Amino acid sequence: MSTSSKRAKALLLTPAGLWYGAMLVLPLIVVLIFSFGSRSAVGGYAPGFSLEQYANLPARFAAFRNTLTLAPIGTIASLIIAYPLAYFLAVKVSAKWKTLLLVLVIVPFWTSILIRSYAWIFLLGGKGIPQLLEVFGIEGLRLINTPFAVLVGIVYGYLPLMVFPIYVALEKLDKRLLEAAADLGTPPWRAFCQITLPLSMPGVLTGSMLVFILLMGEFLIPAILGGGKVFFVGNALVDLFLQSRNWAFGSAVAVALVALMLVVVGLYTRILKRFGGASDAGLM
Amino acid sequence: MTQDDQPISRKKFMEEFRRFEKGSVSRRHFLGVTGLGTAMAVMGGAMPSLLPRAARAQDLGDRVALATWPNYHDPDNFDIFAEKTGVYTQVNVFGSNEEMLAKLQAGGSGWDVFVPTNYAISTYVAADLIEPLDLTKLPNYDAAAFEKRFSDAGMVDGKLYAVPKNWGTTGIAFNSEHTGKVDSWKTFFDGARDKWSGRAMVHDYQLTTIGNALVYFGHSFNSVDPAELADAEKLLIDVKPHLYAIASDYQPAMRNGDAWLTMCWTGDGKQMNTDMPEIGFELGKEGGEIWSDFYAIPKDAPHREAAYALINFLLDPEVDKREALAHGYPVADERVNALLPEELLNDPILYPAAEKLSALEFGAAATLTDPNRAELMARFKSA
Repeated sequence: MSTSSKRAKALLLTPAGLWYGAMLVLPLIVVLIFSFGSRSAVGGYAPGFSLEQYANLPARFAAFRNTLTLAPIGTIASLIIAYPLAYFLAVKVSAKWKTLLLVLVIVPFWTSILIRSYAWIFLLGGKGIPQLLEVFGIEGLRLINTPFAVLVGIVYGYLPLMVFPIYVALEKLDKRLLEAAADLGTPPWRAFCQITLPLSMPGVLTGSMLVFILLMGEFLIPAILGGGKVFFVGNALVDLFLQSRNWAFGSAVAVALVALMLVVVGLYTRILKRFGGASDAGLM
Repeated sequence: MTQDDQPISRKKFMEEFRRFEKGSVSRRHFLGVTGLGTAMAVMGGAMPSLLPRAARAQDLGDRVALATWPNYHDPDNFDIFAEKTGVYTQVNVFGSNEEMLAKLQAGGSGWDVFVPTNYAISTYVAADLIEPLDLTKLPNYDAAAFEKRFSDAGMVDGKLYAVPKNWGTTGIAFNSEHTGKVDSWKTFFDGARDKWSGRAMVHDYQLTTIGNALVYFGHSFNSVDPAELADAEKLLIDVKPHLYAIASDYQPAMRNGDAWLTMCWTGDGKQMNTDMPEIGFELGKEGGEIWSDFYAIPKDAPHREAAYALINFLLDPEVDKREALAHGYPVADERVNALLPEELLNDPILYPAAEKLSALEFGAAATLTDPNRAELMARFKSA
């Protein structure tokens, strides 16, 4: 490569690099610096250097525990619903209907998650599904403001993020492999287990990771559908910055959350390598 | 699709437009019924050149940003203010004093006027976030018209930093069909973890939730004593599994019958009681909170002159009367009370008997900034 084209390449990368630096690296450095400080007398931030805030992290154990429980459960629940849907869209549906159905999956994304979560308040509230269930003799069921309601909101909100990567992976599947398997007398369910499923794994892992990482920072759905009783790390952060105004401790919690995510993403990349590289996932 | 669900039909719009042209309706009426007023307000925020120009420019600029509480103003008043001065009011709504303080502390809030509660003001002064008010720019403010206990928190170290807006109490709203009358915090918390399990709500707000739990034990609403706070924490954690929700937006759940009792601010109690007479509002007889809100101007207000103009406008007794009729919070200004209808002044929710108020306490600055209370609330919520 000549020097001039190298220079051109560097030049083209500059905007992305600046964006990355200003939007990700700098704020993270600020948060890291804040996490070593303390809360000033009237709240906010006072500079300093101590590990006190990190020593306080166990005080938010419940928030981390709730997040680390509901995030994987939400991811798995989304996956269980999304996989058949993506399979149906990619393999079973004719080209004529495919576009329409894909648009239908995207359409909810055009409305704010806040408004869509509010809709669930009415569906899960006393005048919604529980009243419907009374017709069938199920009385006094409480759905809203429970971990179940949060799970429903999570699966509902994040489903498209899971559907698309799996859809892309299945769409690229070489149909000739399945034909060859059928020619050699493999029953469809075995062909699915031995060909379709393994080849769609990059999509499954990409989708799972997208959903899982976003869920780790979620605060809106627990606040709206959990009635303030289901507390995530995201909610702890909102409270620390806006209610307690303990920015130093808030920063330490944020650093811990980012560190936790890095560990998860690290593990994920290792798993992905075993399944034939990230490029196959279509999104990474 | 029928014409009815349209904001306004084409025919109706043209009719209104003709009436406006002929001068038989006011510009305000025209903008209101056609929905253009709202549209202009939204667009005006994005494009200042579209904002209405004042006939007599007073160098006020074209906008003023107000940070306030939900359901706390009459929107018509902002339209009238815009018509008179050419200044468009941009309203930001907040849920707690802590949140407002956090925003101002972070800097660059862009607010010109905000509405702190009594106990927050000395903290704003200590944090150097507000300046003393220039009373020559507030001719409508008449200190003598205000009851001292509702206005004195605006004065810090002999300087006036804030002028009073409204006052109120924090009591108990209950659905009498299910609970009967609830007028004590003892009944509230004991019922919440027993016969009304799953039906009670507490605020997502440390001041009132911890304060009322303290009052249950006969402690002060403002206590920061570790042993007393431990009592409150034990009660709250004990009651938590039985709560319907921890939320300050309690009207929807109360109105649809999912929740039967909640901690409640005066105006919300009044609003629910007006629409659904079975929802009552009582003060806890052991005590609780009485509060007073103020108007103040942040130090870094970008439109200072417009801020003074807006506060002065809202302090006009005629304007303030419309505000009170819209939001249902009591007024401390006797000039305004003289204009309010008799039944409002005799309303036991708005203006409770003096002896019921005597048990109540104003929140204290230390209560707002105390780190232990903040942590207690966090432990309660994450328990």
